[in-house]
Amino acid sequence: MGSKVFIAGLGAITSIGNNVGECFTSLRSGKAGMSDIKYMDTYHRNKIPVAEVKMDNKKMAEIAGISSELSRTILLSLIAAKEALIDSEIVSQSSLRTGFVSANTVGGIDKTEDFFIDFIKDRNKGRLRNVFDHECGSVTEAVADQLKIIDFMTTINTACSSSANAISYGARLIKNDLLDVVIAGGVDALTKYTLNGFNTLMILDKEYCKPFDENRQGLNLGEGAAYIVLVSEKVAQNLNKTLFCELRGYNNSNDAYHQTASSPDGTGPYLAMNGSLIKGCLQPSDIDYINLHGTGTPNNDIAEGTAVIKLFGSDYPPSSSTKSFTGHTLGACGAIEAVFSILAIKHGVIYPNLRFETPMHEFSFLPEQKYLEDQIVNHVMSNSFGFGGNCTSLIFSKI
Amino acid sequence: MKIYIRSAACISPQKTFGNSKFLEDVFEYKGTWLKAFEPDYTIIFESKVIRRMSRLIKMAVTAAQECLNISKVSMPGAIITGTAYGSIEDTAYFLKQIIENNEELLSPTSFIQSTHNSIAAQVALMLKCHSYNITFVHKGNSFESAMLDAFLLLKEKETDDILVGGTDEMTDASFAILSRLGLYKRKPISNLNIFETYTKGSIGGEGAAFFLLTAKESKDNLVEFVSVFTFYKPKDQIKIEENITSFLIKHFLHIGEIDLIICGKNGDIKNDKIYSELADSLFHNNEMVNYKHLCGEYPTSTSFALWLASNIIAKGFIPATVRKQGKSKSRPKNILIYNHYYNIYHSLFLVSAC
Repeated sequence: MGSKVFIAGLGAITSIGNNVGECFTSLRSGKAGMSDIKYMDTYHRNKIPVAEVKMDNKKMAEIAGISSELSRTILLSLIAAKEALIDSEIVSQSSLRTGFVSANTVGGIDKTEDFFIDFIKDRNKGRLRNVFDHECGSVTEAVADQLKIIDFMTTINTACSSSANAISYGARLIKNDLLDVVIAGGVDALTKYTLNGFNTLMILDKEYCKPFDENRQGLNLGEGAAYIVLVSEKVAQNLNKTLFCELRGYNNSNDAYHQTASSPDGTGPYLAMNGSLIKGCLQPSDIDYINLHGTGTPNNDIAEGTAVIKLFGSDYPPSSSTKSFTGHTLGACGAIEAVFSILAIKHGVIYPNLRFETPMHEFSFLPEQKYLEDQIVNHVMSNSFGFGGNCTSLIFSKI
Repeated sequence: MKIYIRSAACISPQKTFGNSKFLEDVFEYKGTWLKAFEPDYTIIFESKVIRRMSRLIKMAVTAAQECLNISKVSMPGAIITGTAYGSIEDTAYFLKQIIENNEELLSPTSFIQSTHNSIAAQVALMLKCHSYNITFVHKGNSFESAMLDAFLLLKEKETDDILVGGTDEMTDASFAILSRLGLYKRKPISNLNIFETYTKGSIGGEGAAFFLLTAKESKDNLVEFVSVFTFYKPKDQIKIEENITSFLIKHFLHIGEIDLIICGKNGDIKNDKIYSELADSLFHNNEMVNYKHLCGEYPTSTSFALWLASNIIAKGFIPATVRKQGKSKSRPKNILIYNHYYNIYHSLFLVSAC
């Protein structure tokens, strides 16, 4: 278990870009991905803003090189996973033990929604093709088959921390010498199911979200996918490319407070952040940037902010929620924000927390508001917290 | 470093929960799917605790709590679950609401409970357990994934005691869809006859089985959990045999040293051919028994098989309801579970007497 795990490739598709390069350009220029609903067919169109990937399924299927009949979740996942694998420049995949650890929270339920319209009227009706992708695991399986990965695959669902857990689990599979390479990350497409689910919980902002602002009203849902290619030390040595960084710390803790709400003192977030520092043998002062979970809900931001101040003190590092760009992408957010964290190390930059105006009255916590270049960014912490109290923090470190 | 199963608790279509005699008599079902024989939950929980829980969550948290009660471990160092579908009843209910109410005036309860991680989360919440908590949701590989993670965490010395479970439920709606997909028989059949009809499709099932995995030696441990291994879409029978053989070699065992093979025959003629061929080749000299006539076919059914294997070793006999007549060995020491989920996900579990 002493071995290190390195990141050799990145892939991402979000509302701010169809690949890693486009996403980074938007982060630099402060361009957020929210807008009125265009691609999803829903009653809530023009009522609730979301952060959609700016493509219909047909266009996405063309890029992915696969049937447009498939769930949007599969299309997003395949595009990002392919990009990550190509970026890693691993040429002899078949000679390495390769795994795919992917996360999502609702599988291909966008298709099940179509199926159910006919099915609830008559159980012999409904096009069966539309339930093939229903299971979370079906999405992973379809993408793994396209990538020709057979050695290992699994799917994780811990709600909004799912893909952060996929990344740490992937790293552990390498550290335990079960695999040499793991493509790890996650995906979620916008669906009526999740949009209505979050809407009933009354935590969707009718405007663009304002994480950590006194007047924040909730989150904006988004969609996307991201994957990172994790490699063992041995594979890293033989790769003819510059590695991005190392996954140095990770921790999974549970808030154990409420099914859908965070504890006001941020117990779970604190345990996850602190645990990831311990795992990485780092001090709070080593962290140069925190990519916050920062959903923009009153509850999350107070719990997370409280935990950050408790752990880091008033001298907390520059911090921001890039959900102010991408919206909350649920099962994908841990991986998308991992990619952004890795890019922060690569380029020495810190991202702004968009639309922040008024500090919260409970404590003095100011997220970073400007895009900062030429920074020393050696260690980045990325937070992902979910329903069910599932809290995970990752730490990426410069090599 | 050895890893043990300290305790196992199972709610299934049979009397497997609580102080029942070990499969002394079994229920015969004459339908298309086997419904879990649910205990009186108020024996374990106050009714206010479980009142609002949906069926799968109630079943799973009860099995989880019973498992902890038997083990006398009040606070596990990790909670890991595997479920392919999560609460499919809640999923279907919320979907129906969305369509029928045209996305207005919905209630969030079924949405919240439909999230796959709500079982592990509910257990953590009840125990106030802040430790590692994760849910694997990978079709016929969900419980296997959970067991592998627990196994690795113990090897990594992250903790000493882990609560691991596998659970899935069947509903009339999910059964209707899955049988249209050809997974299950269309006509009613006795669960006790599924291996004799040689027809297409299996019989549906459901259940929840939880285990306390520990790295600590104790006279109370049920069995040693030696390993779990999975493989995906093997290209032919030879590849299957190779995988099984190399798994055993890795654990310094020869097929002759396996006292019992619990196999995943499910009554589907195509599915079962793989087991029949093994019975004529690699498993030629081994005693093989089935388990899906008791619990039905579902993605996390291997959790039932592991409960069965643990009890056979710990109690020292194979119940007559499981064994076919013929060859027998007293007190099985090494049990291999081999299951495949529609020839896509294949899994092997090895347990041994402590």
